[in-house]
Amino acid sequence: MKRAATIFVATIAVIAIAAIFNAKLSNRHISTRQTDSSPTQPGRGEYLARAGNCIGCHTAQGGPDYAGGRKLPTPFGTFYTPNITPDRETGIGSWTSDDFWAALHNGESPDGRVLYPTFPYTEYTKVTREDSDAIFLYLRSVPAVSQRSPAHEVRFPYNVRPLLYVWRALYFRPGVYEPEPAQGAEWNRGAYLVQGLGHCNACHGNRNALGATRGAALGGGQIAGLNWYAPSLVSRTEAGIADWQVDDIVKLLATGIASRGVASGPMAEVVRASLQHLTANDLRAIAVYLKSLPENTATIAAPLPETSDDMRKQFARGAAVYEKNCKDCHGTSGEGAPAAYPALAANRGVTMRSPLNSIRSVLNGGYPPSTAGNPRPYGMPPFAQSLSGDEIAAVLSYVRNAWGNRASFVSTLEVERSRGAGY
Amino acid sequence: MKRMVLFALFALLTSAIHSVNAAVADTIAERVKPCTVCHGPEGRPGPDAYYPRLAGKPRGYLYNQLRNFREGRRYYRPMALLIENLSDEYLSEMAAYFSSLSVPYPAVRGTLDEARTQTARRLVTLGEPGKDIPSCMACHGKALMGIAPDIPGLLGLPADYINAQFGAWRVGSRHAQAPDCMAEIAKRVTAVEASAISAWLAIQPVPDQARPDSSSEALPLKCGNISGRADQ
Repeated sequence: MKRAATIFVATIAVIAIAAIFNAKLSNRHISTRQTDSSPTQPGRGEYLARAGNCIGCHTAQGGPDYAGGRKLPTPFGTFYTPNITPDRETGIGSWTSDDFWAALHNGESPDGRVLYPTFPYTEYTKVTREDSDAIFLYLRSVPAVSQRSPAHEVRFPYNVRPLLYVWRALYFRPGVYEPEPAQGAEWNRGAYLVQGLGHCNACHGNRNALGATRGAALGGGQIAGLNWYAPSLVSRTEAGIADWQVDDIVKLLATGIASRGVASGPMAEVVRASLQHLTANDLRAIAVYLKSLPENTATIAAPLPETSDDMRKQFARGAAVYEKNCKDCHGTSGEGAPAAYPALAANRGVTMRSPLNSIRSVLNGGYPPSTAGNPRPYGMPPFAQSLSGDEIAAVLSYVRNAWGNRASFVSTLEVERSRGAGY
Repeated sequence: MKRMVLFALFALLTSAIHSVNAAVADTIAERVKPCTVCHGPEGRPGPDAYYPRLAGKPRGYLYNQLRNFREGRRYYRPMALLIENLSDEYLSEMAAYFSSLSVPYPAVRGTLDEARTQTARRLVTLGEPGKDIPSCMACHGKALMGIAPDIPGLLGLPADYINAQFGAWRVGSRHAQAPDCMAEIAKRVTAVEASAISAWLAIQPVPDQARPDSSSEALPLKCGNISGRADQ
């Protein structure tokens, strides 16, 4: 009992210290606020809101734009995104541009509460005050929708909001992006977009047990709650693009499809809702910045085990499944068909350490996004209804090891874990 | 070791058989292959659901269903995942393609007892004015093959599929754009009546050249999915 009381008092003390520390962070940023927030055109704010993909999270399936209510499953519970239309009761109609800035830059709500970092203010904090004001002005101009989001269903102890002070003290540093003087304007623009509004690291970063991104930025990670793996953007064995042409990267981001890659799963949504709307110059800047990042080899797979009899049998069974179901589109040798069906031979999406995305693609199929540059994409059928877990594990083990590919075999258990998974 | 060599040889062999893929057809038929894997040419049962026929259904109806799945008014997760990032224009093109197909209907089999036949025939042809239930024919056409472009036909579908739709409207897991007239009607029909209607519709023969009708008659109810009609 005495011990429990000590822990309680100690916890309160830690939270109090963290809260004071947080307040200091806030004060520091307030003193650097630009008081002159000159009006900007709504068009600029709309563009920046696209770059931040605000609409992606703040719109429910089939719901009105920006009216919130999208369910975000996480390891800590389920969050429902808020309404950010100008409705006074249920949206942000009563907010000022200072309130908006406090949320975006500092993760603070006008009612004084700190926000859960499900809202990626850890990244948005890099956004300038001028851009924050432009986005706010745009959000003031969208139709007001009266729609209240359900309350978050967050598990104990994460539902104790004051604990966020501790989290923030550990993992959050507010601060607008500071240009690197040694780099050019294009590189700095790319870094600003990638680290800030683009919040690429929210998915492409690895998260620790408390949901904070750790390790090399953009080093790849399982997307919290979504059962997709966001590949590393800094590894040549995953989605690193150091050896891509800038034009190919721009094409992938603008259209969802390029000669060496296709956007699928959550990335298809990001291309559709956000990236395809960016200017070629901004996409180039993103490409230039990403290309410059140093290689991180943390994702290189451990040596593979020796091939066993069981593996040989699985490989042969997979070859038969491939012949019957996949060959027509992906080709006898996994060569694919340009601009329609991706090659599977020498495809890093196929051979990367985590087979999760390949499993999801076979189970659920999918189309790359309809974009201005690729309005009528070719697609992949779902096979969850017609192939067993054994067959999917076998065909993926085959595809990961045929035609010069080399990767771990896939187990039936891994496939079944993804069957019926959320999102 | 010998086995490893054999395995490596096998793997090499599979990569050696090079065949250059013929250029992919730049057609809508090629682009909707992901649909036909489940639906087949004339619809078919699957392990988790009945995948209904798409060929020859009214264009607007198919387009509305695609949008309903994408936007969550109609719930079937594999459909929602498949088309979630496709544009309205593209979905409309897919709908027009399937609508243009003419695939013969399979012969129907089965019989229905007299009492259920009478219940079904009454509701299909006359409805039940006392309970504000219009006849099926009032909206779906005298031939029950639907009205172009938005109202679906009711023949050539299995009883279980039709009955499941009645159930889905009643419990609110299938919606259309408001006002959702079919949901209102389905709630006025009893489960016994719905089952009789479904069973009767499923055993009506379908002429090979059956197509949706065209009509400019006013509908008995306002329906959100139906465009360009006199009562809208």
